[in-house]
Amino acid sequence: MFHYTLRRLAFAIPTLLFISVILFLLLDLAPGDPTASLPLTIPLEVREKIRLSLGLGEPIHIRYAFWLKQFFVNEPLHLISSLTGFDVSGERLRVISWQSRSPVVDIVLERMPQTLWVVGLSYVVGILIAVPVGIVSAWRSNGWFDQIGTFVSMVGFSVPTFFSGVLLIVIFSVHLGWFPSIYDTTHRVTDLGSFFHQIRQMVLPVSVLALYNAAQISRFMRASTLDNLHLDYVRTARAKGMPERRVLLVHVLRNSLGPVVTVIALGVPGIFGGAIITEQVFKVNGLGHLLITAIQANDLPMVQTLTFIFAVLIILFNLVADLLLGILDPRIRYG
Amino acid sequence: MNRILPVILATAFILASATAKAERGRDGHVGILYWQAPSILNPYLSGGTKDLEAASLILEPLARHDENGTLVPWLAEGVPTVTNGGVSDDLTTITWTLRDDLVWSDGSPVTSADVVFTANYCLDPAGGCSGLTQFNDVVDVEAVDERIVRITFGVAKPYPYGPFVGANSPILQKAQFAECTGARAPECTDANFNPIGTGPFRVVEFRSNDVISLEANPHYRDPSKPAFATVTLKGGGDAASAGRAVLETGEFDYAWNLQLAPDVLEGMQDAGLGVVVSGFGTLVERLIVNLTDPSPGLGDERSTRTHPHPVLSDQAIRKALSMAIDRETLVEIGYGPAGRTTCNIVPAPAPYTSTANDDCLVQDIDGANRLLDEAGWLPGADGIRQKDGARLSIVYQTSTNAVRQDFQALIKHWWSRIGVETELRNIDASVFFGGDPGNPDTYLKFLADIQMYANGFDGTDPEPYLASWRCGNEPRPDTQWQGQNIPRYCNATYDALVDEMARTGEPDERARLGRMMNDMLMQDHVLIPLVHRGRVSAHSASLGGVLLNTWDSELWNVADWYRIR
Amino acid sequence: MADAGHSRRLEAWARLAGQKSAVLGGGFFLVILIVVLLGPFVWTLDPQLVDIRDRNAPMSLDHPLGTDQLGRDMLARMMEGGRASLAVGMAAMLLSLAIGGVVGVLAGFVRWLDGVLMRLTDLFLALPLLPLVLVIILLFRDTLRSLFGQEAGIFMMVVVVIGITSWMQTARVVRGEVLTLREREFVIAARSVGTPPRRIVRRHILPNVLSPMTVSATLGIANAIITESALSFLGLGFPSDFATWGRLLFDATDYLQQYPGRVMWPGIAISLTVLSVNYLGDGLRDSLDPRISHRARR
Repeated sequence: MFHYTLRRLAFAIPTLLFISVILFLLLDLAPGDPTASLPLTIPLEVREKIRLSLGLGEPIHIRYAFWLKQFFVNEPLHLISSLTGFDVSGERLRVISWQSRSPVVDIVLERMPQTLWVVGLSYVVGILIAVPVGIVSAWRSNGWFDQIGTFVSMVGFSVPTFFSGVLLIVIFSVHLGWFPSIYDTTHRVTDLGSFFHQIRQMVLPVSVLALYNAAQISRFMRASTLDNLHLDYVRTARAKGMPERRVLLVHVLRNSLGPVVTVIALGVPGIFGGAIITEQVFKVNGLGHLLITAIQANDLPMVQTLTFIFAVLIILFNLVADLLLGILDPRIRYG
Repeated sequence: MNRILPVILATAFILASATAKAERGRDGHVGILYWQAPSILNPYLSGGTKDLEAASLILEPLARHDENGTLVPWLAEGVPTVTNGGVSDDLTTITWTLRDDLVWSDGSPVTSADVVFTANYCLDPAGGCSGLTQFNDVVDVEAVDERIVRITFGVAKPYPYGPFVGANSPILQKAQFAECTGARAPECTDANFNPIGTGPFRVVEFRSNDVISLEANPHYRDPSKPAFATVTLKGGGDAASAGRAVLETGEFDYAWNLQLAPDVLEGMQDAGLGVVVSGFGTLVERLIVNLTDPSPGLGDERSTRTHPHPVLSDQAIRKALSMAIDRETLVEIGYGPAGRTTCNIVPAPAPYTSTANDDCLVQDIDGANRLLDEAGWLPGADGIRQKDGARLSIVYQTSTNAVRQDFQALIKHWWSRIGVETELRNIDASVFFGGDPGNPDTYLKFLADIQMYANGFDGTDPEPYLASWRCGNEPRPDTQWQGQNIPRYCNATYDALVDEMARTGEPDERARLGRMMNDMLMQDHVLIPLVHRGRVSAHSASLGGVLLNTWDSELWNVADWYRIR
Repeated sequence: MADAGHSRRLEAWARLAGQKSAVLGGGFFLVILIVVLLGPFVWTLDPQLVDIRDRNAPMSLDHPLGTDQLGRDMLARMMEGGRASLAVGMAAMLLSLAIGGVVGVLAGFVRWLDGVLMRLTDLFLALPLLPLVLVIILLFRDTLRSLFGQEAGIFMMVVVVIGITSWMQTARVVRGEVLTLREREFVIAARSVGTPPRRIVRRHILPNVLSPMTVSATLGIANAIITESALSFLGLGFPSDFATWGRLLFDATDYLQQYPGRVMWPGIAISLTVLSVNYLGDGLRDSLDPRISHRARR
């Protein structure tokens, strides 16, 4: 297992480099122009000068090399400098966003808290709902609980968040006035009162996302549990007179978690990708909002860096998923 | 004595109450919502409306247009004109004098050196300054003394109010930006996020594309302003949710640019928490007719003047297309209070507005059909008109936007009633308005027959705007598809008028020329105006002092905003 | 052999018919299909016909579901939209399932392919959807248009775009399942008696990965319908006057308070479709699953 992990990690480096090249080519090939969002009253010669000042005059391999150096040399050096206080980075240029002309990594860090609070929490809530619902649905399959669970989760999955979010705002913000419709990213939790405010402003976006996540994961959980329920070991355990609760919660749960863990782990990088639509609806302005605005503004350094960080997380969590699968099911051998 | 005492007491009382009332920061907090979030507070590095307007809370120009489009002095003592001697008789220099009470928000005095520095900052060729148009033809900016600045132009400028006028050309502090010129401009993140200005507010915290927290500038020139101690300018979301937050939940006080269907906006306003305000500038939603052939078979010569358009070169067709449109309905469905019908490409200011084309205001489907019959375009078996093997089939493109897609559907419907077949195409705005020559879907390349978008001009002078339809200014391969003559219009008479206007300084004569050029474009039907679009914003019922300005930043008079009690 | 296959298929059909929820789901799906396919012959109003005087009309005999902001008949648009959405949903789901299934089974079953295929999956997971779609459209729109005509060309493009950007989860899940199955007794037994790998996959692996795949399929249809709406909203899908359920829902969201009916119809249609496919999928899985006969029925 240890060797397997090491080998996977070593293999990840060329993979990531390859992904970064593909990303760079893709973004370069995509039609789009960083000056497209400027008013039409700004003439074309001026736009051309702006494009040149962004470095778009250089050929693509030079720009790629620049980005590599900025991201893999200058950024870590800057991090070291700011952590230790020694100036090892000097005047090196960091990856700069075209929209805000500020270091991309700083903006990403600024966006992290609200994304983790809202999207991360909704994922946890979603899992906490989905796993028991999935097990019970499978255990009493086709019973009333299963029917209702299926119905709710299917509706939850098929109603897009751009609609459910607006619906919740209209009901709970406009008509009832219980929760704010705008998420305040500058809000700081200092005491009980501000903590309650934080909870209040998270309720709506977290519910929207949690419903969506729970719907998806509970389907996989139910399917996986169903598959295990009629395997021989379950019948053996039952025949030996083991209490049903123990059969279900110890044996079946452990064995049926495998595929679900894959799904869950695969979803974790998605947390960092943010939730583009939900963030937009509630103005959470997390990483999803950052990515979509950067794409719309053709802010290539930002998009490239964000998607690359995203790729690193995907590879990492795929490895985690594989390792977890191995731990949950010792029969799997990685060769 | 007995008579004087009450007077003194009364005076003292009035003074006391006046100062108590007019204390800076007395009204606490105000929340402003921009659904497009500002990404930077240096207007010279962005140029996007959202960034310009956010920066206008902090940075100010020498003069700006008020809500009526009149030029008013701002940081300058007065507006220089030929009459008051501020503009030289040969129209090549303009001399501005700064007010004498100006202090930056860090307490240091504002001098003419700051103004000169701002010009050099923008004119630096490596800086990629987006406000460069403002400085067109500027050859020199010099400080005459501490408070006087003289700008010299290379040519006679009948309208010299480009540099340092309006929200896109404010004054930067030299001390703060001295190290940030040219190629180093983007590296000064701190300065770009937290510029020191003369405006009513200063930045406490700036989060790019998210939220800006500001507080009252302690050094603002009027000690009784601003009324608000703090401002939150939040970004993100969409127009509908912004409208909801001001008009229905009351979480914010001001929402910017609410381009929503009129009935949606009305429904929100019915909640009673706020009011919708609108104002009109020069923005016109229009159709642009391609006078050249965009057929795919032509390769590199698509949409170039080498090949005239097989169908749309016929003026009768262009006219019929315009006649078939019901502009009243378009306004009613798409813009409501934020739109007016128009038959002009220059809809404002008043002296430039022509009335010669107003017959377009009434839809005339029968007339359009007659016109096409007379021109020899007769319906074929499928109901689509044709002539000499050419079918009246049109590709009609625009950017992606709910209102524009409704317009497309409506116009397609009307055109189908005069025997014109229409294929609709919509393109993501970030692609459509891009200038990348490798991208086939830009409005510049115009690989379609008709396209629709909105345009207008900054300030009140339409000269550069009208000059864009000059022959030779069309996008084509050898200019890397750059150029503003999008319909590829070529008319020697028109070009002569462009030249004449550039030589004319007398306002009435300029207005006459402007109207003539407008009428020429309209009667040739190369541009088909649809709707004169206004700005529409909303503010809460308790926010006073809002004057919606369409000629400058909407936040131009934020120092005068107050809370109604 | 043919006889045996035939009888097995018959048996599966019989089992499928015996399941109430599957029959209900299948029946419902059939009804939706019939309505959107044959409905236009009964309700002949043109879905693109604009009638400005009659816009935002409530439900009436002339317009059973009312009209939209341009006076277009909602019933006709729902049927037109249903055809497009169902076609895109089904085709994209099948494509993504096929890619995901093949990649997953190969990666799980063929050791030396595992690394390469999983890194490919990582790559696709990492690609940002929007620029990818823009590039695909830039490169292939005109070609597809000239090959298949306007609507068919766009249909192909939308299906391919959704298909190739949504197969990764299926692949990962299927691979996980196959990795577990590979070490199960019956597979080891089959291998030890010299069963050719292809046959092991067909006889032992495929039937057992059906259950995660049916879940993927159900979720895939919903996902495809919603993604299509996002694409056409961005101007990357069908022309703007061409209705699809996702687009109808998106356009109506702004009118949620004024005309709630307009949001309801497409919302209900999408949810019902997904529900019926889900029940059908569950039933299919149960009737095809070789282990079903052992299952203790409750």
